[in-house]
Amino acid sequence: MLVQPMLPVPYVVDKVRQETHDTFTLELNQPGTKAGFSFLPGQFNMLYVFGVGEVPISISGDPLAPRPLVHTTRAVGTVTAAMRKLKRGDMLGVRGPFGTHWPIEQATGDDIILVAGGIGLAPLRPVLYHVLAHRSSYGKVVLLYGTRSPADILFQKELEVWRGRFDIEALVTVDRSSDHWRGNVGVVTNLIRRAGFDPHHSTAFVCGPEVMMHFTVLELGRRGVPDNRVFVSMERNMKCAVGFCGHCQYGPTFICKDGPVFRFDHIRWLFGKREV
Amino acid sequence: MFVIEREHFQALLEALHQRGFETLGPTVRDGAIVYDRVERDTDFPIGWTDEQEPARYTLKRRSDQAMFGYVVGPHSWKKFLFPPRERLWSAAKNGNGFSVMPEPDHSRPLALIGVRACELSALAIQKKVFTGGPFVEPGYQSRAEKLFVVALNCGTAGGNCFCVSMQTGPQATAGFDLALTEIIDADRHYFVVEAGSQAGTDILNDVPHRQAEKVEQQAAVTVVEQTANRMGRKLETEGIKELLYRNFEHSAWEEIANRCLSCANCTMVCPTCFCSTVEDVTDVTGDHAERWRRWDSCFSVEFSYIHGGPVRSTTSSRYRQWMTHKLASWIDQFGTSGCVGCGRCITWCPVGIDLTEEVHNIRASERTANKQ
Repeated sequence: MLVQPMLPVPYVVDKVRQETHDTFTLELNQPGTKAGFSFLPGQFNMLYVFGVGEVPISISGDPLAPRPLVHTTRAVGTVTAAMRKLKRGDMLGVRGPFGTHWPIEQATGDDIILVAGGIGLAPLRPVLYHVLAHRSSYGKVVLLYGTRSPADILFQKELEVWRGRFDIEALVTVDRSSDHWRGNVGVVTNLIRRAGFDPHHSTAFVCGPEVMMHFTVLELGRRGVPDNRVFVSMERNMKCAVGFCGHCQYGPTFICKDGPVFRFDHIRWLFGKREV
Repeated sequence: MFVIEREHFQALLEALHQRGFETLGPTVRDGAIVYDRVERDTDFPIGWTDEQEPARYTLKRRSDQAMFGYVVGPHSWKKFLFPPRERLWSAAKNGNGFSVMPEPDHSRPLALIGVRACELSALAIQKKVFTGGPFVEPGYQSRAEKLFVVALNCGTAGGNCFCVSMQTGPQATAGFDLALTEIIDADRHYFVVEAGSQAGTDILNDVPHRQAEKVEQQAAVTVVEQTANRMGRKLETEGIKELLYRNFEHSAWEEIANRCLSCANCTMVCPTCFCSTVEDVTDVTGDHAERWRRWDSCFSVEFSYIHGGPVRSTTSSRYRQWMTHKLASWIDQFGTSGCVGCGRCITWCPVGIDLTEEVHNIRASERTANKQ
């Protein structure tokens, strides 16, 4: 439990890796300690760039190897643009971890379906690390990943490794093809129809834009995956991450503490409603 | 029950000063009764009252010398416990890095004087928001711990009051150190006093007082009963959460948005609204940074901004968010309504939108639909 939940703790940037033209990964360590950063897959931190501002970013690293602390994000606003310019040795403020996690413990024995859209792959990567480290505890593992174009494919090297394994089915699709692309074209929901999983003994973790999650849940439902076995990660504006600022309210929930990961049947009545 | 005579009210202020409290209470300023520092009994709005209607607030002279003969003004006590603008921490650059210094606790013990029953509820509601969850807001907690509350049982109901509907007043029942009922007879002016805590009893012992007689106690009961019967508004709260959840999609929201200016007045005057934003600032050298928190409102477009644009870009969605939060989802979040029935949002809405009426309209539209 954080005693001063609003106080950022300075971390030093150990590595900055450009992932695609607008996404990057930061590896962070807390100076003066060998301890790692304990978190559960799906949780997020508030990252502060000195003098610029603070934003919520999910943790994209391996929960079993919590040092360094790994974040992957897209440069879209003032703070993430400043974050992208950080270099090894620079410092960043960290508050967290916050929020609910993907319930990997409840999914033991199930087939695992991961459906990611765009940067939504980042908060799902810790699940994949966990599942692969405990491979015999799970049934089939399916990763369905959709992105805008071949140039936007995140974690490409790792995806190649995962695609090479016999114990994962990793399918990638792009919205818009390029000259050299020989893979799938179309929305990620198309992949759900083809993927090999037992819908009655599956748990699905879905992360991406709301419209993508909307159609993903529908398609999973068509295949027979019940809503109470589907988990989604929601996003809203967030200032404090501890339930004080009110910004992240989604109906009766605070995404910072009741989310970001929700069991879909719990929020179905709000999901897809205009401007909630 | 005890009695403090009007001429000994100053002794109450002095007793509080003596124990190190900063005394805060109602005073007349800029044509309104506001909450600010009060040093002497003459700082209080003696002989003033207020008239309230949707979008209307007027101070009027009373025929007597009542100190608390008004209802509630544009201010609420939340500004003292949850300041409109507050520094959360400072940071200083050193080499490639920086260090973060928490804001020192400068809070002084505060005594709030003249807190209405609805406002006591509002204080309890905000306290739950800031200290009742998995995280505790340290500044709020520190100020709340040192608080001394002199409550006031209402002798007047305003045109926009509906505390009876919200079951928050007009009688103060909990959350105070002392509770006063102001009584003005043909020939006497006094306060019937109830102590609600040991701290209250201690202060009372520093002020000239005596046991209340039966007739005085009865007078206090009558004052509150009369006020309860004079509520300007009412709100039917039965099933209100389900009502609003059922009507996420309803033509009423668009209709209200035709009038609503999205000015955020209702959220600023509301004694329970707690939303805030943060501002990160640096000095000119760039070596010193600070984070400030300030009140924010769900009526601003930026409030819901995520990459790509605001989630709630229309006024109808923002009004729906505010009212549904206040009257419905608050119950799921904190176990009580977020509304205490003070009527401020009705009075200070520049176009006089009345939430009691808007809820009534939604309810009535369902009844009509059911009949058809």
